[in-house]
Amino acid sequence: MLRRTLLLGLCRGPLGRGLGTHRGGSILDRDGKMSEIKKKIQSILPGGDWNPLYDTSHLPPESSDVVIVGGGVLGLSVAYWLKKLEKPRGAIRVLVVERDHTYSRASTVLSVGGIRQQFSVPENVQLSLFSIDFLRNINEYLAVADDPPLDIQFNPSGYLLLASEKGAAIMENNVKEGAKVCLMSPEQLRNKFPWINTEGVALASYGMEHEGWFDPWCLLQGLRRKVQSMGVLFCRGEVTRFMSSSNLMKTASGEEVNLKRIHEVHVKIDQSLEYQPVECAIVINAAGAWSGQVAELAGIGKGPPGTLQGTKLPVELRKRYVYLWHCPQGPGLETPFVIDPSGTYFRREGLGHNYLGGCSPTEEEEPDPGNLEVDHDFFQDRVWPPLAQRVPAFETLKVRSAWAGYYDYNTFDQNGVVGPHPLVINMYFATGFSGHGLQQAPAVGRAVAEMVLEGHFQTINLSSFLFSRFYSGEKVQEHNII
Amino acid sequence: MSPQIEACSAVSAFRVPVNTQEARSKRQQKASPTKARDGIADTQPLGVGKDRTLQTQRLLSHPPQSLHLVAPVWNGGTRGIGGLSRVVAPEGNQKKGKSLLQFLADRFYDVEALRDHLLRKRVSKVHQKNRPFNHINRRYGPYVAGAYFILKQGGAVRFQGREWIRPNQRGHFSLDFLKLQAVPVEAVDASGCAINYQGLDSLLALKELQSLWLQRCPHVDDWCLSRLHPLASSLQELSLAGCPLVSERGLACLHHLWNLRRLDISDLPAVSSPGLTRILVEEMLPSCEVLGADWAQGLKLGPEEQPRDTAGPIPA
Repeated sequence: MLRRTLLLGLCRGPLGRGLGTHRGGSILDRDGKMSEIKKKIQSILPGGDWNPLYDTSHLPPESSDVVIVGGGVLGLSVAYWLKKLEKPRGAIRVLVVERDHTYSRASTVLSVGGIRQQFSVPENVQLSLFSIDFLRNINEYLAVADDPPLDIQFNPSGYLLLASEKGAAIMENNVKEGAKVCLMSPEQLRNKFPWINTEGVALASYGMEHEGWFDPWCLLQGLRRKVQSMGVLFCRGEVTRFMSSSNLMKTASGEEVNLKRIHEVHVKIDQSLEYQPVECAIVINAAGAWSGQVAELAGIGKGPPGTLQGTKLPVELRKRYVYLWHCPQGPGLETPFVIDPSGTYFRREGLGHNYLGGCSPTEEEEPDPGNLEVDHDFFQDRVWPPLAQRVPAFETLKVRSAWAGYYDYNTFDQNGVVGPHPLVINMYFATGFSGHGLQQAPAVGRAVAEMVLEGHFQTINLSSFLFSRFYSGEKVQEHNII
Repeated sequence: MSPQIEACSAVSAFRVPVNTQEARSKRQQKASPTKARDGIADTQPLGVGKDRTLQTQRLLSHPPQSLHLVAPVWNGGTRGIGGLSRVVAPEGNQKKGKSLLQFLADRFYDVEALRDHLLRKRVSKVHQKNRPFNHINRRYGPYVAGAYFILKQGGAVRFQGREWIRPNQRGHFSLDFLKLQAVPVEAVDASGCAINYQGLDSLLALKELQSLWLQRCPHVDDWCLSRLHPLASSLQELSLAGCPLVSERGLACLHHLWNLRRLDISDLPAVSSPGLTRILVEEMLPSCEVLGADWAQGLKLGPEEQPRDTAGPIPA
């Protein structure tokens, strides 16, 4: 009814039309005015975001119980499990802040997408086992009514880790329980995969089940769709500041400790100087390769070196290249994800004899992580020779394309950081996985959600992955990092 | 030429290699709704917006075209994705009955809960069918337990040296095989059964299984195929014809079955290029006879091979 009266008022009947043409431009404006008025009514009605002073629809809410910094697979996984495990339903307001809504530099979508169970640290194996279970039942976990089921294009082809004489002893000590792995001698390897040159290989470890590769973009979109249907808010912005308060407290032994608590997160909107202070109770740092910078904003690492206040979060950006090549005589459909003793890896991609692969550079040849430009000479010098030596068919290949992505590299021990910070008591970490974050994301998300909601780890005990190990110096070294 | 080469040369904004063309189109469809939604307002407080009673009042009083006025609440968001996927795959969602349930479920919490309950019941029915019969396994051994499992699902079993045992029309079968505790099961016909990943536990205990028919099983997918490797030493015949969830990615893990002599992979709707897949599987299993799609299926005819027009000029 309101609309009809407005229409009447504007049109003013046939007489009004005549007068309008004299004024010139009023009739042409009418459609534009109509859509503006429609927008205004829509924002005033309940359910719209009407602020009498100015439009705030692009800003995040003024307060949120949990703020997750970073909207990649780890951040969305934490958001999903927080909403799934919360009691009662709808109790927690979760805000995910992601500054790059196209995910153009996010490690998740640039990843090769492999998942394996062959680790030397038992917690890593448990994390991967749960994650593969999650992926297998993904349509039960991430089902949204009226939407088509997800197909993550999982290739269950397994991982083949090759070891030289030196690495053979370490490989035998890999965790056996839970992982269906069979150890093969060079003779058996030649029988199974005749296209491999077994020179220099002392032992091979082949994962027969629960290993392979999948499409990370599909997992990300599935998680995003599901968490939006569960009521998680998204904001396109960047976290620029944390407002916190500190309390000087005494521990049981009489030592004085300065405990900090973050009260507000300043979220700056893209391409604007505008920011919104979001009051929060808990902040989760899932910013991937940029987690170190976010931790510095919270004051982690500002103190005399050697103390707990002075221990920084040792997560840095590291650039890694991935190359896609075509080789018509290459290995066939049965090709697993092969990892050479030299660190070079490759896997089959599709049905057309295309392969994806790369190599992690050594510390000395680390490329500059300022941009995502690809160095093609790296392929010629460091990736191709070991590949051609291991698989003779790869002597003739043609590189089709290449891209670069970031590792959230943990310089301490290349394993993830999970759990709260001992001094900034309401910041939780879910980062630093150095290249195997995607395959452990569902399990890590659940662990962090349990820590936030219950205060301790319930299903998988990740206490060896806490932040305090950086201060106490206990490394959780994983021997099979590529 | 295989579709993968063309797909690889089309560089998308942030992800270059693509498995299949349909995955790429699906990804593009999925990419656009999020961008469109960013424009609308992806910071909508979703709990507040789902004000059902007010919405129903408004819908009853206003004509349907005013629906887009109240679009940016969470229903509009997911309907946005659903709407886009309906454009892509219209055959699934345009049935009249389904859209009525959808319409009601979007507006009433009770109908939504009912729909979720029905869905969960369907899933748990499949789970129940695939439960392991541990008590039979303990008492009579793995062969009898596996046979009982298959017969209960509606399939058929053949013990070594015996005839096929099948359930009758009503699903009843004689329990004579309970005394065959030491006789291995040689052949299993599980065509059309609701066997899934969990149910394969009972089948994998049959160590001397020679022939396995999984035709038209609706829940057998790539994950199940990766589980078949314990049967490698005995399995000689495998049939996967007509399974809707099996794709070429699952067929890649059949190379563990080195004793396989007959493999039927015809009529698999999820395989993207059936002819090429058959060639690659034949290369992967050299001593196996592969029944599948014609090699030329899916290939475009060259100019000299175009079928000649029968109404051509009359030869002089």
